[in-house]
Amino acid sequence: MTVETPTRYSPLSAWQDALARLPTGVQVRELPFLTQLNLRLQPGSAAAQAVEAALGLTLPGPLRAGMSGDVKLLWMGPDEWLLVAPEGRQHDLVAQLRSAIGDEFATVTDVSAQRTTLALSGHLVREVLAQGCAIDLDPRVTPVGSCLTTVLAQAPITLVVRGDAASSVWLLVRSSFASYLATWLVDACTEYRGGTG
Amino acid sequence: MNSPFRARGHGHIDRDTTLSFTFDGTAYTGHPGDTLASALLANGVHQVARSIKYGRPRGVLAAGAEEPNALVQIEVPFPEPMLTATTVELYEGLVARGLSGQGRLSSRPDTARYDTMHAHCDILVVGAGPAGLAATLAAARAGARVVLVDELPRPGGSLLGTRELLDGVPATAWVSDVAAEIAACSDVRVLQRTTAFGCYDDGLVLALEKRTDHLGAAAPAHISRQRIWRIRAKQVVFATGAYERPVAFDDNDRPGVMLAGSARAYLNRFGVLSGRQAVVFTTNDSVYPAALELADAGLRTAAVIDAREEVPAYWRTACDERGIDVRAGHVVTGTSGIERLSRAHVAAFSHGRLGDRQGIDCDLLLVSGGWNPAVALFSQARGTLDYDAGIGAFVPAQAPGNVRTAGAASGTFTLTGCLADGADAARRALSAIGRTGRTVALPAAAPLPDAAPGRVLWRVPSPRDSPDGSHQFVDLQRDALVADVLRATGAGLRSVEHVKRYTTIGTAHDQGRTSGVMASGIVAEALGMDVAELGTTRFRPPAVPVAFAALAGRNRGELFDPVRVTALHPWHVEHGALFEDVGQWKRPWYYPQAGETMDEAVLRECRAARTGVALMDGSTLGKINVQGPDAGVLLDRLYTNMMSTLKVGRVRYGVMCGIDGMALDDGTVIRVAEQEFLLTTTTGNAARILEWMEEWLQTEWPGLRVHLTSVTEHWATIPLVGPRSRDVLAVVAPGLDVDNDAFPFMSWRDATVAGIPARVCRISFSGELAYEINVPAWDGITVWKALYAAGSAYGITPYGTETMHVLRAEKAYPIIGQDTDGTITPQDLGMSWVVSKKKPDFIGKRSFSREENRRGDRKQLVGLLPADEQVLLPEGAQIIATSSIPAPPVPMLGHVTSSYRSDALQRTFALALVRSGTRRIGETLYVPLDGRTVPVTVTEPVLFDKEGTRRDG
Repeated sequence: MTVETPTRYSPLSAWQDALARLPTGVQVRELPFLTQLNLRLQPGSAAAQAVEAALGLTLPGPLRAGMSGDVKLLWMGPDEWLLVAPEGRQHDLVAQLRSAIGDEFATVTDVSAQRTTLALSGHLVREVLAQGCAIDLDPRVTPVGSCLTTVLAQAPITLVVRGDAASSVWLLVRSSFASYLATWLVDACTEYRGGTG
Repeated sequence: MNSPFRARGHGHIDRDTTLSFTFDGTAYTGHPGDTLASALLANGVHQVARSIKYGRPRGVLAAGAEEPNALVQIEVPFPEPMLTATTVELYEGLVARGLSGQGRLSSRPDTARYDTMHAHCDILVVGAGPAGLAATLAAARAGARVVLVDELPRPGGSLLGTRELLDGVPATAWVSDVAAEIAACSDVRVLQRTTAFGCYDDGLVLALEKRTDHLGAAAPAHISRQRIWRIRAKQVVFATGAYERPVAFDDNDRPGVMLAGSARAYLNRFGVLSGRQAVVFTTNDSVYPAALELADAGLRTAAVIDAREEVPAYWRTACDERGIDVRAGHVVTGTSGIERLSRAHVAAFSHGRLGDRQGIDCDLLLVSGGWNPAVALFSQARGTLDYDAGIGAFVPAQAPGNVRTAGAASGTFTLTGCLADGADAARRALSAIGRTGRTVALPAAAPLPDAAPGRVLWRVPSPRDSPDGSHQFVDLQRDALVADVLRATGAGLRSVEHVKRYTTIGTAHDQGRTSGVMASGIVAEALGMDVAELGTTRFRPPAVPVAFAALAGRNRGELFDPVRVTALHPWHVEHGALFEDVGQWKRPWYYPQAGETMDEAVLRECRAARTGVALMDGSTLGKINVQGPDAGVLLDRLYTNMMSTLKVGRVRYGVMCGIDGMALDDGTVIRVAEQEFLLTTTTGNAARILEWMEEWLQTEWPGLRVHLTSVTEHWATIPLVGPRSRDVLAVVAPGLDVDNDAFPFMSWRDATVAGIPARVCRISFSGELAYEINVPAWDGITVWKALYAAGSAYGITPYGTETMHVLRAEKAYPIIGQDTDGTITPQDLGMSWVVSKKKPDFIGKRSFSREENRRGDRKQLVGLLPADEQVLLPEGAQIIATSSIPAPPVPMLGHVTSSYRSDALQRTFALALVRSGTRRIGETLYVPLDGRTVPVTVTEPVLFDKEGTRRDG
């Protein structure tokens, strides 16, 4: 065998070309294989403090995400966060967090393959998303750092505003819904592709 | 010029461009800016359809969405039924025909795009007439985020249909100035050709934008034809204007009878004179400016018939100057003509009695019975309405805090009043959201005399003898008469809602815009009640007809419902799998080889699993991680059997029941660590079981220290099944001791499979030696391919859900939801062993001691073997005790829940729920099928390998 086959397949590996052909103004890129851990703990508890100390980060409050460092924390619910880190960190991070938590009550679950992440950017992103997302993405209402779990078209997603004017967002989507979402995104760009699309 | 009814110097149409169109088979021309109705009128065509019930000729009555008659079917470019000619913009090549109340949907699929857009704003203004524009301007200048929706192609609303002046110049100049200013505001979105049709809680307004309909065949395919806007507004201002109301008189449905304000609009918007010789019939002042503008444009106007005793001197003088006879205290009693109107019958009307009738020749009878504020959306928004006896109409009263009306929609009918009202509504809306509006300088309208009161007149007494009102139409589209209203009240109906349903008045496409208030008035008169007491019918969305295609938007075809696929899906597609829909999932159903039928493929797949090795995609199984010190306690309460005693490294099958003791779901539970379990649910129940568990945890047992996390999609799950499965696994997992003693049934091991860290469980849903290999989803294909390659020596066979069902049914493993229906306990399934006798409590426990649940004659799961081994019983078939079908009611003993052809048994078999089934084992029962009965033998449910000798290989 001269061709090396990749050993892993992201949910949107077959969509690279279609996503690359989207009109100017909507860039969509899959960020596959990111480490994703589900954290469940009571805010303000000893476990929360231990986790924050271990990560050197503050757990973000409702509807917010801390996106500055390598390890990002997304608020998912009153006692739930999604930790997102570069590829391959899940085993170390699970061990590190469980050790920090010790006998306190908090749980860490590896869900890295549960969702894939789409990075969207470009001046049309907000308009494309408005075709399927009921959230007001005006930056005055939903500023940078907002983290919303909602639906886009008919797919459950978590949306994180990364850059100004919602021109840069992350969409985290469950793996089984990813190709539906990609189909929807490509379709929603039809109008901006001009008459040839 | 082939349009004899065009008036020079009027109208916002492009006379330099000619558009060709066809109506009812005849070719005509019109101009950009025309509607189909205005172009027809310009060609002298009034009659557009025949009425649905009586087949009477009907003409254009109005100029907008209130039109009750002029329903048309568009044939070209794409067939579309039930549009009003008054709202269809003319385009080149339009082919349409008039409809008699019913259209027909195209038999071809509609290839046009329809989509949806969400929008958010501080203030939504509905209507770009004088009040709406003033409101938008005031809100825009205050820096608010504003959306303005308007149904016409250009802003201006009623100002487009009159020659009114603002600051001494045509009002349209002010409209242009405002439009230009708001277009320059980045926070203002103006949507023309957009009709708000539904108003819901919390300021959600749905609007339909017709984006390319007006382009006809030239519409670009990549732009959506229509778009549903879902607008969420903090404040809504309904500047929706008012609809003119007709008066009922004999033969008031004849082509040539038209609302006066609409004739005025046809002149000023389209440069169309709707006739040659007019008679005007009014109850109020509003027709006089209309009549004067029309007369000045060349319409010969014989007379204004004014039902009031007094006509203001100002208007009488203006009419005298133009030679228009004004007859106060008179009414139109009827019309005559051959189809189209040729004469109006006029009589004095005093103290309820008609004087002598006189005919006046005319081809146009303009009618105004006053104006009804357009309150449908306001009412949908839970605004209340009061009857205003002065204008004979319902006006907004109490409003929720986030909606208000402005202008004619509030019952303000002067231009000055509408402008001021619009600006004021914006100021109040701004104030409601904590913003301050600045004063907006408004232009001055030309002074008019103080309006004299109108007369409220619903109907003119019929000069005919009887029956009363049998030639007076209330709802023209429904062919509903005054006589029908009187029949309803005569039958004892006292509510306008009941009368509406009895007569169908107000139920057509126009939602009773011209008939609803009139109907209330006539009912009130008949009952001797006050209209205020009677009220009006409730308004409901959609306020205008909306195509299903528009409501569906992009949710059709492949986007109709999310298609959920597993990580292995591309392999299944590549290998020719046919798919079964399980909830939103696509699951491989079976993998037919060339020339194979479904039966053949499934028998082959079953044979491979029982004699060699086979594998399937089980990734859709729901998976829930249960973690925390009290995880075992929670599971003991949720499952009927004991879970807390499970050892780390072991697996247990479990059943969950509802509080009624009926089986809810089943699956396996593995103990990952002392404080961590992983349980599986059936594919379709994954979300429901997580919610069920969370509900108990959060509402009943919040003290338990347990967290539940869905990990369904983190894992790809591959059952590897069959006597040779151990051999295959040994090849791909060389480091795993697969020996039966080292890796026994109902245990799990962490292992490296195909070089990938995996969790392997020894569980079986077929009775065969089997392993379930779990890896992160992104590694699924790699592991699957490695198993497939390693198994090729043994003829490894991929199998789908159908084979899975056959294999498990041969072993009588029930599918909750197929072999059960919410009334079946674990004991009914023959699974008493899964119900703990030791646990102090668990969900469903108390129900098992109910007498009803302990009866011996409950329906129980049994096997059925048809006497004819080739007969496949249909699932759902009923089971009876006798070989001939007795007279109804036929006593039914139960029904077939699962039925398959078995390769292992070389025959057909079924599972069934049968009353006293366990006691009937050995009996012969009968299944009615195709007019005969099929004898079947009742058996133990397990039909294959009763001793369980195969599970260890």
